[in-house]
Amino acid sequence: MTCLPAHTDKRLGLVIDLDTCVGCQACVTACKEWNTGGHMAPLTDIDPYGGHVDGVWFNRVHSYEHITEMGGRTVNFPRSCLHCEQPACVTVCPTGASYKRASDGIVLIDEDKCIGCKLCSWACPYGAREFDTDVGVMKKCTLCVDRIYNDNLAEEDRVPACVAACPTSARHFGDLGDPMSAVSQLAAERGGVDLMPEMGYRPTNKYLPPRAHTQRAASVPAKALEPVKAEGGFLGWVDRMLSS
Amino acid sequence: MHPAFSVVFFTTATGAGYGLLALLGVLGAAGFIEPDFWLGLAGVGLALGLISAGLLSSTGHLGRPERAWRAFSQWRSSWLSREGVSSVLTFVPAGLFGIGWIILGRLDGWVSAAGLLAAIGAVSTVCMTGMIYASLKPIAQWHSPYTFPGYLIFSAMSGGVLLDALLQGFALGSAILSVASALLTLLGWSWKLATWRYNDRLEIPTTANTATGLAGGTVRSLEWPHTEENYLLKEMGFRIARKHAAKLRRITQALAFGLPILLLITALVLPWPLSAMSSALAAIAQFAGLLVERWLFFAEAKHTVTLYYGR
Amino acid sequence: MTHRQPRGANSAPSQRPLADTRAPAEGDGVDTSPDVSDRIAKTTCYMCACRCGIEVHVKDGKVRYINGNKDHPVNRGVICGKGSSGIMQHYSPARLKKPLLRTGPRGSGEFREIEWEEALSIATERLSAIRRTDPKKLAFFTGRDQSQSLTGWWASRFGTPNFAAHGGFCSVNMAAGGLYSIGGSFWEFGEPDWDNTKYFMLFGVAEDHDSNPIKIGLGKLKARGAKVVSINPCRTGYNAIADDWIGIRPGTDGLFVFALIHELLKAGRVDLDYLLRYTNAHTLVIQEPSAAHDGLFARGDDGNPLAWDRVAKRPVSAIDADANPALTGSYEVDGRRCVPVFQLIADRYMEHGYSPEAVAGRCGIAAATIRRIAAELAHVAFEQTIELPVAWTDWAGRRHETIKGRPVAMHAMRGISAHSNGFHTCRAIHLLQVLLGTVDVPGGFRFKPPYPKSAPPGPKPSGKTVKPMTPLDGMPLGFVCGPDDLLVDDAGTPLRIDKAYSWDAPLAAHGLMHTVIRNAWAGDPYKIDTLMMYMSNMAWNSSMNTVETIAMLTDSNEAGDYKIPFIIYSDAYYSETVPFADLVLPDTTYLERHDCISLLDRPISHADGPGDAIRHPVVEPDRDVRPFQSVLIELGARLALPGFVKDDGSAKYADYADYIVNHERTPGIGPLAGWRGKDGAAIGKGEPNPDQLQRYIDNGGFWHHDFADDQRYYKMANRSYLDFAVQMGFIPKAEPIVFQLYSEPMQRFRLAARGHGRVLPPETERKRIETYMDPLPIWYMPFEEAAVDLEKYSLHALTQRPMHMYHSWGSQNAWLRQITSQNRLFVHHRTAAAFGLVDDDWVWIESINGRVKGQIKLIDGVNESTVWTWNAIGKRRGSWGLKDDAAESNRGFLLNHIIGDQTSADAQGKRYSNSDPVTGQAAWFDLRVRIVKCTDEEAGFTEPQFERFHQPPHTEPSPDILRFGAEFRHEREAAE
Repeated sequence: MTCLPAHTDKRLGLVIDLDTCVGCQACVTACKEWNTGGHMAPLTDIDPYGGHVDGVWFNRVHSYEHITEMGGRTVNFPRSCLHCEQPACVTVCPTGASYKRASDGIVLIDEDKCIGCKLCSWACPYGAREFDTDVGVMKKCTLCVDRIYNDNLAEEDRVPACVAACPTSARHFGDLGDPMSAVSQLAAERGGVDLMPEMGYRPTNKYLPPRAHTQRAASVPAKALEPVKAEGGFLGWVDRMLSS
Repeated sequence: MHPAFSVVFFTTATGAGYGLLALLGVLGAAGFIEPDFWLGLAGVGLALGLISAGLLSSTGHLGRPERAWRAFSQWRSSWLSREGVSSVLTFVPAGLFGIGWIILGRLDGWVSAAGLLAAIGAVSTVCMTGMIYASLKPIAQWHSPYTFPGYLIFSAMSGGVLLDALLQGFALGSAILSVASALLTLLGWSWKLATWRYNDRLEIPTTANTATGLAGGTVRSLEWPHTEENYLLKEMGFRIARKHAAKLRRITQALAFGLPILLLITALVLPWPLSAMSSALAAIAQFAGLLVERWLFFAEAKHTVTLYYGR
Repeated sequence: MTHRQPRGANSAPSQRPLADTRAPAEGDGVDTSPDVSDRIAKTTCYMCACRCGIEVHVKDGKVRYINGNKDHPVNRGVICGKGSSGIMQHYSPARLKKPLLRTGPRGSGEFREIEWEEALSIATERLSAIRRTDPKKLAFFTGRDQSQSLTGWWASRFGTPNFAAHGGFCSVNMAAGGLYSIGGSFWEFGEPDWDNTKYFMLFGVAEDHDSNPIKIGLGKLKARGAKVVSINPCRTGYNAIADDWIGIRPGTDGLFVFALIHELLKAGRVDLDYLLRYTNAHTLVIQEPSAAHDGLFARGDDGNPLAWDRVAKRPVSAIDADANPALTGSYEVDGRRCVPVFQLIADRYMEHGYSPEAVAGRCGIAAATIRRIAAELAHVAFEQTIELPVAWTDWAGRRHETIKGRPVAMHAMRGISAHSNGFHTCRAIHLLQVLLGTVDVPGGFRFKPPYPKSAPPGPKPSGKTVKPMTPLDGMPLGFVCGPDDLLVDDAGTPLRIDKAYSWDAPLAAHGLMHTVIRNAWAGDPYKIDTLMMYMSNMAWNSSMNTVETIAMLTDSNEAGDYKIPFIIYSDAYYSETVPFADLVLPDTTYLERHDCISLLDRPISHADGPGDAIRHPVVEPDRDVRPFQSVLIELGARLALPGFVKDDGSAKYADYADYIVNHERTPGIGPLAGWRGKDGAAIGKGEPNPDQLQRYIDNGGFWHHDFADDQRYYKMANRSYLDFAVQMGFIPKAEPIVFQLYSEPMQRFRLAARGHGRVLPPETERKRIETYMDPLPIWYMPFEEAAVDLEKYSLHALTQRPMHMYHSWGSQNAWLRQITSQNRLFVHHRTAAAFGLVDDDWVWIESINGRVKGQIKLIDGVNESTVWTWNAIGKRRGSWGLKDDAAESNRGFLLNHIIGDQTSADAQGKRYSNSDPVTGQAAWFDLRVRIVKCTDEEAGFTEPQFERFHQPPHTEPSPDILRFGAEFRHEREAAE
């Protein structure tokens, strides 16, 4: 059913901290590793050892240089499905393969219904959809739907693979529909933003902007150093300090 | 957007086919056309042939064509599904119209009703096709007021030029139709020029800044997430050099619009069968020109995902 | 105390599972609880040198999934990009399958498969002959292995001094710089106090050393809003997230640090109390130019260094806790003029030449920025001090009610290390830390046990006498304290093939693996017979000057014999080095073997307690391969090396696992410290425990001991810690460890250069020794920069490993190589504009050593006089299971081709190894280049190109499509 649910009970998603992401690719391969054997298995790799290698990945990390009057910054930028509230990738699907879950808001694909028309990938502004040419169907981030509720994993491990892996704690997970949830609070506190808000897709995932060159930047209120004013200069100062 | 031939051919062929079908249906029902067997066979055959070839071609774009039947289910939300439903439904009156005309040799009564219904189906299907593209927000060149009318105009234009060529071929040509086709082509030309003008001046609010949430200044792509091109880049990262595009635009204008108008007007003053040949040439040139136009429609369309790749 | 954290690093409220993890009734048929694995094996990762704990999920005998072990002290549950890609390393098509014996010319890759018995017989016969005649004719060098306590011991039992691992071309400058200064160092020797620091300075760190702990730490700093300052020419990775990026010019960090010291001294912002308590700042240095003891410490009759008591106005023992030592002034002791170390420090670094203005131009950093950083350091260190409410007692028995800390932490690595001035720069950073009083204090830099040790630590290198059939009298690697400890003969000729511990590289604590191939080829200082190597890609990215290195490996004499007569190599993969071996011993992957990460070697301790770990086989090899360590133990037994055989001549250890449990280096001390003693109750010292490995496995593959609260800081002078360290065998005596701001061992070399002492450098070396063995940190221009025409070679060229491949070769990994399969040369856009270059241009990158071709990418975040690229992405065709059209061998390039392995000839025509003159550390980053646009015909492909390697017998072509994981889904769906 590609009509969108009028309401979702939860809005599960990620908060990604661009101030902290070092671009290590941990989330990228953790995602690949889990999902290539998971709900949408496999994440096929074409020509894996050759010159035209092209694999299916649900999460990819770009790097950018953001240059403003205040200075430049290198920004590592993980990109994956944002599990939008208004996901046109779902509504354009002619077969009902794509759908948004009413319970938790996760956008999923029912592979058995997918005809591989690729229209959903055209409709997604964010490039979150990945076509598996080998199987002939579209695949995408499941928000680890087969982890977050998985009775076969220890309770503490029931988070998306990318969040569990992230060594810098730049990734956060939770219900962004609940303003009191830890992720919502984090996003509010750090000024989390939507990507391409003008598109009107209302992404669930939030990105926390870098703090450098902003009021949120870490700073040290240090006064300029003055030479010691003791008689005999520095050495005199040392003697006085030791004597006191 | 990658101009996949299957999709380029699909929209061009079905556009012409549905245009022709709609005109045959309306003009047949209105009694402007004699229920001639050969004309029926050629006309309805060509229209349905183009439509079928186009639809078949479109399945070439599918990863799992054997499941194509599933595409009829989501007509409530999906323009693609609606297009599928509409195209299949249109085959019913179109088939009856063809049977009535070709086998029963009549264009009155229920056959004319079928013709009208087929025309409605044809127009509706073209509308759906237009909406598939016009509704895609990530592609600003498509998500524009020009896309939907454009599909209708090009369908009517190419259908008209085809019908004119057919009638001319059967020595049934009418100056009114030829002039109308030329005028439609002129309209198409104007519309395309206006579309290009609009697209060339398009100020897209979506930028690398909004794509990354990094406000102010410039955002430059430093490294892709992967060295080689991936699906996104292959499907949506197509780039065409400005010079190359300009050349193809000139070819489009010549083949799809300029030459057909010239040939249609020439046909008016030429004796049969030269007039028929001229009209046929106009249709062939236009079809070829529209293939180029449609190729450009994809090639010049920029998907927002390319912003992530610094394109 | 803040050290007790919830389980796992990613355990913030915003990283936890949903409050209710029951699947909602969505009714979409999604299986939200698929079965993940049949069993979970907890072992240690080996995708890089970081040694994180991993949980390997095995399903149907196949590795389904690897994640981080939340209890593990190194990674606390997180896992990096490499770790998660371990599956692809494990199942790589480049894996070797059987022992190989060379059949074609060396370097061709033509081999025949042989059985292990034949392989071991060939090796035994060859090595046995060497041992009977001249054991040093075996050069045994290992790479990134984590078993150096075994391999080094094996070499010593064999009787060859020619042993080292890859540290000489990695980061020995950091290790030696730290160990000679503070008895510890960065990475494996210490770590920032991530939980308490408020100001963190990161010098020359890309992804390197170490991976997850730094990332976890940076995450903590970011979460707390602590300030991160990075000093690095490149603004990538960790440097990208710095609050303050200082894009320094390569090789000038020492000057930058001196300018900070200059400013701090001038402003009186140094911790005098700390200096008096924990350093030799007050130790008296004899000032008698041209005397044999000039620059040595004034010592009392008991041999202890002396200080001057300000109150008593007489010399006292420098370690007299009750004295009032002077830090400045000049005093007469026994008729000799002496000054405290601190006076020398003040004299030197307060010179105008070290002022911010004086260094700004060279460093490419504005003087105002340097002053600001100095002010910030002072502010945080002295105005934002922290105190932990924990009482502790120092070595002298003085009780302190709280633990005081100055929350400035620093970390430095290869950007400092890989320059010919790296040793001194590293010492400069430690000097800065110590002046601020931030070493092993809350919020500062903290030691990881078994460090700190005395500066420098204990045993000296052995190998002065090499005799047939005789083990060395110690381990091949160690720490020299003066010329007497060098491994040189009477003529000053090096005794080791790599010239470690010679006048060329006196403090070569990790050896000089990067010189071995050239020296063995040249027969300088002597010819060898067999070069045995393990896990180091010396015919490609681990060598400088690759083209010539390859030529040396394949060069033959007039008789047609190879100049390096025999090469034995062990690797798990078909690397670029395998084809150059005569005998190939195929290793297992890390999931198929036993290993121990030992306190005798490079343990997994963290600052809050010691730890060690094991690997154990998770899956059985499906090929005829054996773990190299077990092979080495078997070779040891076949050669009847002492320690490897019982009295009856039979093998003492069945395999590596047996060795790990039962070997005792000294009574009671073995490779693993946990669960020792018959009942497993002892730690550190105790009898071997037959169940030890099982106890490790049961505990998640590691052992870790958590310190009591009063043992965690001031370890250099903390009685409770020092007692524990003695008990564990880390240090011989519970004496304070005094930071050596002034290095007396280095001064002894200088005195030798002036003609004093028993062991003297040859005349030609004296100036060099005098210059570079300065007992206080100095700065000098990196050698290549000083030698080349800077107008012509106007750019610095650097490399970094991408994070997803750091300390590993990822190109055989189907996942990692997708991320980076072609490296670009990153060029600042203004620099490119000056050269008339635009994005994507192909350029020749030229140095005095040659040229290599690659494609450029314009960048903003780099020092303008610097270009850089990702290292070791360029691969040779026919290696690593890659296809011929792979980007790695067509578009990627290896900068090593143009990095000289020798310096330019000096006035006497001598060429030294391209290394630090103190430690022999390879000076990778001294490289100077220019870039020239290619012609159109030359664009699009890299050069130089090399002949394609033949593939080993029975090599299947690498697959065209990889559907890894499909089988798990099929199994699941079939089961439904």
